This record gives sequence, C-alpha cells and structure tokens, in this order.
Amino acid sequence: MTASMQSSVGNPAAEKRGMNLTLRIWRQKDPSVKGKMVTYKVTDISPDMSFLEMLDVLNEQLIMQGDDPVAFDHDCREGICGMCGLMINGQAHGPQQTTTCQLHMRSFKDGDSIDIEPWRATAFPVIKDLAVDRRAFDRIIQAGGYISVPTGTAPEAHATPVPKADSDAAFDAATCIGCGACVAACPNASSMLFTAAKVTHLGLLPQGQPERDDRVVNMVAQQDREGFGGCTNIGECSAACPKGISMETISRLNHDLLGALRAGARPKS
Amino acid sequence: MPLDLFSVGDPIADTKAPMDVPIGERWSERRFRGRLVNPANRRKLTVIVVGTGLAGGAAAATLGEAGYKVKSFWYQDSPRRAHSVAAQGGINAAKNYRNDGDSVHRLFYDTVKGGDFRARENNVHRLAEVSVNIIDQCVAQGVPFAREYGGLLDNRSFGGTQVSRTFYARGQTGQQLLYGAYQALERQIAAGSVEQNARTEMLDLIIVDGRARGIVARDLVSGEISTHFADAVVIASGGYSNVFYLSTNAKGSNTTAIWRAHKRGAYFANPCYTQIHPTCIPVKGDYQSKLTLMSESLRNDGRVWVPKERGDDRPANDIPEDERDYYLERLYPSFGNLVPRDIASRQAKNVCDEGRGVGPGGLGVYLDFAEAIQRLGRPAVEAKYGNLFDMYAQITGEDPYVTPMRIFPAVHYTMGGLWVDYDLQSTIPGMFVIGEANFSDHGANRLGASALMQGLADGYFVLPSTISSYLADGPFEKVDESHPAAVEAMQGVQEEVQKLLSINGTRTPASFHREVGQLMWDYCGMERTDEGLRKAIDRIQEIRKEFWTNLKVTGDWHSFNQTLEHAGRVADFIELAELMCIDALHRRESCGGHFRAESQTPEGEALRDDENFAYVAAWEWTPEGQPPVLHKEDLVYEYVHLAQRSYK
Amino acid sequence: MTVTHAGRRTPKVAKTNSVVKKAVMAVSGIVMVLYLIAHMVGNLKVFTGRESFNSYSEWIRTIGAPALPPQTALTIIRIALIVAVVAHFWAAVSLWRQAKRARPQGYVTKKAVAQSYASRTMRWGGVIVLLFIVYHILDLTTGTVNPDGDSSPYDRLVASFSNPFITAFYVISLLLLGMHLRHGIWSATQTLGQSNRRRERTVNAFALVFSVVLTAGFLIVPFSVLFGLVD
Ligand SMILES: Cc1cc2nc3c(=O)[nH]c(=O)nc-3n(C[C@H](O)[C@H](O)[C@H](O)COP(=O)(O)OP(=O)(O)OC[C@H]3O[C@@H](n4cnc5c(N)ncnc54)[C@H](O)[C@@H]3O)c2cc1C
Ligand code: HEM
Ligand code: HEM
Ligand code: SF4
Ligand code: F3S
Ligand code: FES
Repeated sequence: MTASMQSSVGNPAAEKRGMNLTLRIWRQKDPSVKGKMVTYKVTDISPDMSFLEMLDVLNEQLIMQGDDPVAFDHDCREGICGMCGLMINGQAHGPQQTTTCQLHMRSFKDGDSIDIEPWRATAFPVIKDLAVDRRAFDRIIQAGGYISVPTGTAPEAHATPVPKADSDAAFDAATCIGCGACVAACPNASSMLFTAAKVTHLGLLPQGQPERDDRVVNMVAQQDREGFGGCTNIGECSAACPKGISMETISRLNHDLLGALRAGARPKS
Repeated sequence: MPLDLFSVGDPIADTKAPMDVPIGERWSERRFRGRLVNPANRRKLTVIVVGTGLAGGAAAATLGEAGYKVKSFWYQDSPRRAHSVAAQGGINAAKNYRNDGDSVHRLFYDTVKGGDFRARENNVHRLAEVSVNIIDQCVAQGVPFAREYGGLLDNRSFGGTQVSRTFYARGQTGQQLLYGAYQALERQIAAGSVEQNARTEMLDLIIVDGRARGIVARDLVSGEISTHFADAVVIASGGYSNVFYLSTNAKGSNTTAIWRAHKRGAYFANPCYTQIHPTCIPVKGDYQSKLTLMSESLRNDGRVWVPKERGDDRPANDIPEDERDYYLERLYPSFGNLVPRDIASRQAKNVCDEGRGVGPGGLGVYLDFAEAIQRLGRPAVEAKYGNLFDMYAQITGEDPYVTPMRIFPAVHYTMGGLWVDYDLQSTIPGMFVIGEANFSDHGANRLGASALMQGLADGYFVLPSTISSYLADGPFEKVDESHPAAVEAMQGVQEEVQKLLSINGTRTPASFHREVGQLMWDYCGMERTDEGLRKAIDRIQEIRKEFWTNLKVTGDWHSFNQTLEHAGRVADFIELAELMCIDALHRRESCGGHFRAESQTPEGEALRDDENFAYVAAWEWTPEGQPPVLHKEDLVYEYVHLAQRSYK
Repeated sequence: MTVTHAGRRTPKVAKTNSVVKKAVMAVSGIVMVLYLIAHMVGNLKVFTGRESFNSYSEWIRTIGAPALPPQTALTIIRIALIVAVVAHFWAAVSLWRQAKRARPQGYVTKKAVAQSYASRTMRWGGVIVLLFIVYHILDLTTGTVNPDGDSSPYDRLVASFSNPFITAFYVISLLLLGMHLRHGIWSATQTLGQSNRRRERTVNAFALVFSVVLTAGFLIVPFSVLFGLVD
C-alpha cells in the first residue's frame, strides 16, 4: 500500500470498533408539529469516532431504510464554527467541556443509552429534530457588538499599544464561538454569557471605549427583547461553555451596564 | 495532447491592470482611472454578495458602508460560521515591524516564488501593498492579535519565508479576523444597508443581456427556491477542497456557487491546483468525515522525523536519536522544517512510500516537540500552542506533550477557482469573484498565512474599489422573476432538485462523495501521472452516470432536507472532479502543489516547464458530450526572476 | 408569540432590563442582610435574661426619644424592610417568569453540573423564607399565632421554641435562609459587577463563613430554649 491511500480502508487492524448503543433522539418534523423522543440502536461504533460521525452512521442507515435522517447542525467539525450543538444526556455538548463535534465516542461505554435533544429556548426555536435557529445571537451583535470603524479609516496599527494582559483577557473572551450551549445549559435560558463575552472582549480594548456604554446597554436590551431569560448567576453556562468563557465576563457586563445606566446611557428602542 | 478530452480556444488576457506604469504604481493608477459612483447614486445600485467569509463578509460590510444596497447570502445560520473561522496560523503583512528586511517587494517576491511562478505579478504586488492596511483595519475593529509585553503586535515566521511577518491571534487567527468582519457586517445589517439571507444556498446565476444580474437560491429551512436580482453579483463562496471528501474544509464547503456560475460561462482557472497541507491529524478509520489541520506554525518549533529503518514499530520515545531521520532538516538545510507546504507534504509521502511511516497503516510522520519543551520549557510551549495540543489530544486521545504528534498531509486549500481579471471580474460581466473562490494570487502553491491576507484584501480594499468602475454604468434595466432568463434558471434548479429526489436508487450522497473523493486523492492528489489521471477520468464518468441513476435522497424539497443539500453539492463535485483531472493531465509539468511524476529533477523535486506551461489554464464549460475548452493566459514576469525554486 | 422564518420574532418583552432587576434584588437583599445582622445580634440578648431582652425590645421602639415620637426608628426600619422585601420579591418573581417564558418546553433529561444546592433552591427557598417571615411576625411581633399571645417578647419567644414543631419550622427556615445567603452574597457581588477571577475565592469564602455564622447565631436561640438553657 502506498501513502496515497486516504483512509485506512483495507487496514481494519487499525480500527477498534464494537460499541453498541441505544440512542433516544428528539424527532420533530418542523416547528408546527409536536416532537417526541424516538429510540434507535447503533452497532459497531468505534471509540475513535466523533459523536457526529456516530450520528452519520445512524443517518446512512436511516436513508437506506427510506427513513428520514436525523437533522442536526454542524459544519467545521473541528470545534471552531459553533454550528454544532446537542444536548447529550442532559448536558450541553455532552459530558466533556468541548463542542459536540469534538466529543468522541471514547467518552461513552459499550451498551450506554444516550439521550439527544436540541437546545431548548424560546429564542432558539426548533427548525427540525436537533437543529435550532440561533439568529437571535446575531441580533444581539447587531445591537452593538462591534466597533464602528468604516473600512479604510483605521489608524496605523502600532499607534495604540495595548497592554498584553488586557489584550490576552480580551482574547479569552473573544474566543466565544456563538454555539449557544450557555443558553441551553442555563436553567433560565439566559444568553448572558454570550453577551458578556462580547462586551468583555470589546470593553477591554482601547478601541472599544467610545461605544462601551451604548454597547452594553443595547446588547442587554436586545437579549431581553429576544426572549432569553435573565441571569441569576447560576454558573451552568460557563461550566458547559466549550471555550471556557468565564463567569468574570458576566460580572464585567453587570459592572459596565450599571455604570452606563448611571451615566445616562439608555437603549435605543 | 488528447484532443478528445479538451480543445484549445483563444487565449485570454487581463486588460485592466495599467501596464504602462511601473508595478508599484499600477494599483493606485487603476483606482485613479477607474470610474466612481457618486454617493447619492449608490443607493440605487444593488450588489449581491454570496458568502460571508473573510472575503464576502468584508466586501458586504464595506459595500454597505459605502452606501450600496447589498444582499448577502450564506448557507450556515450565522455569517460568523463561514469556514474562514477555522484558519489557525496567521496572516501575512509587509509591516516590517521586526526590521528584519521585510518590505512590500519582498512579500510580493516571496509570494510569487512560493506560488512556483504561476501567479500573476500585478495581482500579487497589489496584495502585498494592501496587506499593511489590513492589519490596521483589523486592529481598529478590535481583533485581539498577539502582543508583546510592550503592548505592540507580535509576529512569527511561517513556512516558505525567512522573515517574521505573520500576525496571529493564538491558534485562532481566522476566527478573530472573521469576527471582525462579521461584526462589521452585522453593523451594516442593523443599519439596513445589508439584507441578510441566512441558510440560503446559491444554486444558479441569472444572466440578462450578457450581464450577471441575479441568482437563484434555495432557502434551506423552508426549501423555497427563489430569485434575487442586483446590478452586480459577487461570489465569495470559498474553496472546493471537499471534492476530495476528506479535507480540512467544513462539511458544507462546496463548489456549487462557482461551478454553476462556470456552467453559465465563467471560466474556471487552474482547477487542479490544490494544496495538500503537511500537518494534519492522520486518518483513523473509514467512518472519518473530515480531517483536522494542525497549524503550520507548529513547524516553527516541532521537528519532523521518521525512523531510519523501515517497519520500525517501536514507540516513538523508544527510538534513539541516531536511529531517527529528521528528513526535512537533512534534505533542506537552510529552511529545514520550514519548507513550503507542497515540499513538506511530498516528502512525508515519500518517506511513507518507503515504508518508514508511523502509526496505523504507516500513514504518518512524527512532529516532535521534545526538543522545544526542553529548550523553552513546557509553559512556553503551552502558551504558544496549547489550544492545538488540546485539540490533538481531544481527537486522538494521545498526549502530545509526552508522545510526539503524528501528522499526515491532507487537502487543505484550492489555488484554482474562477478566472478573474485585475478588477476581480470573471469572464461574465458583472460577476466578480473574491477570496478562495477565485484562482487568485497564489499560483500553483499558496504560502502559509496568505489566504487570509488575500480574502481580506479582496473584500475590504480591492473589490469595493474596482466594482465601482462596473457599477458606474448602472443602474441597469430592471429585471424581476418574470424575465425569461430568470424563469429559465429557476426552472432549471427546480428540475434538478426534483430529479435528485426522484431517482430513488440505492446509494446515499455520502457514499458517492466518498468514492469520488478517494479516487481524486489516489490519482489527483499529491502525485499525479498520465496513466492515473486517465483512469480517474474514466471512473469519474462512470460514477457520474451511476449517481444520476442510483442515488437515494429521502424527503422532499420544500422543507429542511440536509441529504438533498448534500446531493446537490456532490453532483457538482463529480463534474468538477473530471475537470480537475483533465487540467492535471494536460499540465505535463510539475509545479507547486501539482506534482507530475513524469516531470521531476534527478533529486525528485518538482520540475517546472516554463517554456510550455507558463500560463494560467482557464477552462470554458461546454454542454455534456463536448470536451471543455482551454483558454490560456500567458504569464509574463517583468519583476520576478523565473528560477527553479530551491529551499535547500 | 409569532415566529416567522424570515421575519423577526415579537416576544412579550419584559419592560425592565433583566440586569436592572437583578441589581434591585441585590440591593434589597443587602438591605435585608444588614437588618439580619443587627437582628441576630439583638436576639443574642436573650441570654442576658428576660429583663434585658424585653428592654432591648422596648429600646428599639423608643430610639431618639423624646426628641422623636415613639417608634420612629422602628417605623423607618419597617418601611425600609417592607420596601426591600417587596422589591426583592417583585424582581425575583419577574425574573422567574421571564425564565419560564424563555424555556416553556423543558428537557427530557437535564443534568446540573455547576449548580450548587444553594443556587438551585434560591427561588423556592426564598418563598419559604418569605412565608417564614410572615409567620414569624405573627408569632413574635404581634403574637397572633403565638402559644403565649399577650406576654412579653421574651415569653413569646420561649413559648414558641418550647414547641418542637415550631422550633423545627424555624430551624428549617433558617437553614434555607443560610443557603440563600450563601449563594446570595456571592451572587450580589457578581450582579453588582464587583467579582472577578482574583476575588472569586475570597468572595465565596466570605459568603460561606458569613452565612454559617449568621445562621448559627440565629439557631442558638431556639436550641437554647429547646434544651432549657433559656426559659
Ligand atoms: C483549517 C484551515 C486553516 C487555515 N489556516 C490558514 C491560515 O493560517 N492562514 C491563511 O492565510 N489561510 C488559512 N487557511 C485558508 C483560509 O482560511 C481560506 O482560504 C479563507 O478563509 C477563505 O475565505 P473565503 O472568504 O474565500 O471563504 P469562506 O470563509 O470559506 O466562506 C465561504 C462563504 O460562502 C458561503 N457559501 C458557500 N457556498 C455557498 C452557496 N452555494 N450559496 C451561498 N453561500 C455559500 C458560506 O456560507 C460562507 O459564508 C486555512 C484554511 C483551513 C480550512
Ligand atoms: C421574600 C422572599 C425571597 C425570595 C422569593 C427570594 C428570592 C431570591 C432569588 C430568586 C434570588 C436570586 C437568585 C440568584 O441570584 O441566584 C435572590 C437573591 C438574593 N436574596 Fe433573596 N429571596 C427572598 C428573601 C430574601 C431575604 C429575606 C434575604 C436576606 C435576608 C435575601 C437575600 C438575598 C440576596 C443577598 C440575594 C443576592 C442578590 C443577587 O443575586 O444579586 N433574600 N433571592
Ligand atoms: C431564631 C431566630 C429568630 C429569633 C429568635 C427572632 C426573634 C424575633 C423577635 C423576638 C421579634 C420581635 C421583636 C419585637 O417585637 O420587639 C422579631 C421580629 C422580627 N424578626 Fe425575628 N427572629 C429570628 C429570626 C428572624 C429571621 C431569620 C428573620 C428574617 C428573615 C426575622 C425577621 C424579623 C422581622 C422582620 C421582625 C419584625 C420586626 C418589626 O418590624 O418589629 N427574624 N424576631
Ligand atoms: S459563551 Fe461559550 S457556550 Fe456560550 S455561545 Fe459562546 S462559546 Fe458557546
Ligand atoms: S447559567 Fe444562567 S443564570 Fe447566569 S450564570 Fe449562567 S446565565
Ligand atoms: S461543527 Fe463547527 S464547532 Fe462543531
């Protein structure tokens, strides 16, 4: 065999397989009908498979039987686009603190039974099965999650040094991938961690200062308007967040918001 | 050449770059000569932008800001998920912050050379000029690039260059750059200047009186197929590496937008130029659905090796130093582990072919950080590469701090794409192509950290300037869905969708995709031969037939149907695969990512044939049964000296 | 609520910003906590005997006399407390309802990862504490439900805590209150934007120690009565 073989087909020795699992999956044809949990069996699953590859196996089976495959969102499959997101055994993105696509079947045992549900929140209506509509997040960004700098108007990049500590902390917050696990995990279905991550990212940088007050006021008003719950500092969000966005960001948002309101900033209606 | 596989048509050439001034003045001269649209008129002009990656997102935001009416389309739920988000390593810019001898000219030179002298000089020079503005723009948007303790921006070096000009944001540069563009785009959406069409896939281009005037798109949620009109269409739909099924691209990355535009008359340039990235996580099993890149930056500190003896299956740490072959350092003493990607990939393949590969199936080489950990200390290595190491551990279940990583090449980027002139306009008037979707600025091989640069250059700076020359003639005559061209395009799409659903055969879209991908990897991957490519072409034709007679897609088209989406994309990949093989077959030289076994130096390096192949191959689509037509754009090098590339 | 694919949803929107509600809750909570500190210390006077305790009760009612009319200070405290309780309760209920609206359909399976028992019982715990306060006032302030209705505060207190059922109710309520504060103090710091990674541990430790001391300070009294240390 030459190195031009792309996969290890023909080299079964390299593959461990053999897990059999029972899946209970939320099936809902579209938002207008009621959904329910349906049980499926998958066999001969490899512990090296990702969770989504395991669902691929199920879906290939379903298509061949002429059944409707399970709809779920995914794209990059490397933990960065934020498109995937399933409630697995009651935990957002499953038992590891990572994205669903980076969860591997070695986190489960042969014979396990796994419950799979979509994110549940009024602001994230189900599209079909496990896929939900998360555009509410984009509208929160639209409300102020940016720095207004028209193309071509930027000053020389080195004109403003940024302390490394601020830049690093801003970066930590900026790694939020908008997956929605925070909302899914929060008992209040609050989008606070998502919003706080952006408020923190931009609020820590000198470039973000001019719009800092308006940004936080408008973004928070928008998340309420979208129908997310309010945050009561429970902390499930941060524990589920695949990017480890910290609770500190929420404190920062609160701080900025109360300061902004005191300074007279009011949301645009 | 086998005339049965293609025919040769008239040569083509770019006519937009002002060749009467020196290369350093051409871009400003072009902007000066180009026509402008007065701000009051911009509101009357509509531009469709397909794609929200770095290229499309930046373009839509900038055009919206400038006052045009923009309609933006993407297939994911949010623009923030375009696959640019996955880029890890960094973005080049000729800032010379390191004072290490960098300059616009050097970036220009490195990029042309890195592209193995198959890129257009004018475009590359412009790219290097604009690169500095990109960094300014992104920093102002709040992109948290890595900084040094003094608060200034940090740089690192990347494969194929000897200066440190790469700006980065840990291992998530693409993500942070994309969020900058995404936020700018959302700001315009809020301002009402950009209309958003999430989860909407372009399925055809509408041409009226010879001009691109709109698209047919399917709302992936409701399934509704509809037409959208504009005065110009910009396509920024990314690369087509997924033709190989396994690649580092996102699952949804597709060729559909550009392929269907190609079928409407846009020439497809250099389709066979693909980049195989040397540092990816090796394949595990046949269920594998995608490959994951480990940033090239790892080669700054990691050392690549395999055992000296074939079949040495001791664990890596048990193999003594003198029984290891650090083959890149041995073969290329001056660049060592930092040789360009094409070279690093091919050498990995060579050592594996010799039977010295490691890991399952012998398809892997070590990327070892033991020395770096010793030299810099684990915390420093963690700070630099922590997230990559975590990702590796997550996927493989192995700890790269303890045992060396195993890596293997994987398809990563496509240098080919729709042909565009200096204005980034395709051969269809009014259709512009930007980002990875065009054949762009990278020739036969792309240097690391230069795709992000190109995407943002195109999106923020180049397209918004050049498109005004075209739009200055508008607004064009109003068209709506009742126009015969729109009706025809719409019906075509509906028929195809119906057809896909009605075959009701026995194979899933994924199974066809996997088959065609494997075939492409075997015969049109890292090494290509005349014989192999012919075999592949024959087989692809059979697969295509089988696809249209034995496909199985469940469900209907007027609802959320991911199998149907996939089927449509696979249909296009199969057609593209054939053109890629034809292109690879006709280019009997080796260059960059295109290695023809028949054309190598005695040392086994790629041997270019400048006399016969110093051209861009732009392919014209022809209806089924007729071979595609090749149009050549001669590449003239005024500033860069054509030479055999050497990284010894 | 209507959801259209292309259009925007138009949910019933809470008028007051959710973060502001939380701030109201934090501030009113802190007011109540301050009262509780004083109240706990006052209660300990029970160990100094009947006279002393009763005169303390008397003293509260006559602070500032004769310059101020009787009960001025007490009235101010009462008004502050009523405002605090009402505001706190309003904010809690309103956020609770917002949360219900935010997820009308729950999960079939849901696992809590980071929630402590304390944070999970904030709402029902709070309601029970409220019921407790109502009962408590009827019991010890007005004497309406006290086994020894008309006597002095000291006797009412002893009378109540001599009944194991009443004592049990007090103990349960106090434990719930302790937990409420355990989470509440940390939560208020977060809500008012004063916590960060460096402070988190300190704040948490303080919240724990504070709520334990406060709860213990309150608990001593009923137990002392029950075990006959005070009679
Ligand atoms: C894993 C990885 C790492 C990389 N690392 C680097 C790096 O370090 N440095 C570097 O310079 N380059 C890197 N690259 C390359 C670089 O990221 C890409 O070339 C570049 O981001 C492409 O940007 P784009 O805007 O052209 O396309 P994309 O970002 O792919 O965006 C495509 C857009 O088009 C939309 N779209 C696609 N098809 C359709 C359709 N039919 N209808 C409607 N919308 C459609 C999508 O929704 C999306 O919005 C990397 C690439 C990968 C895959
Ligand atoms: C009237 C009945 C009460 C109810 C329904 C109630 C409910 C709540 C709820 C739901 C919270 C928010 C939970 C959270 O932040 O996680 C809260 C917070 C709090 N409560 Fe109460 N509570 C009540 C009484 C009290 C009392 C009597 C005190 C003090 C003595 C108190 C002190 C606090 C404090 C300090 C907080 C933290 C505020 C914050 O989170 O910002 N509460 N309460
Ligand atoms: C075991 C613990 C407690 C004891 C022994 C105790 C004792 C008393 C007594 C004796 C009074 C009457 C004082 C008087 O009328 O002069 C009183 C009043 C009161 N107590 Fe407590 N108390 C206890 C716990 C609590 C708790 C936990 C709360 C609140 C959560 C509380 C809130 C009040 C209030 C609001 C009043 C009425 C004050 C007023 O307006 O007169 N008490 N308490
Ligand atoms: S904060 Fe974390 S969980 Fe929430 S959207 Fe961002 S990455 Fe996902
Ligand atoms: S879990 Fe929910 S309550 Fe707040 S701290 Fe997180 S958003
Ligand atoms: S699919 Fe992109 S994060 Fe999981």
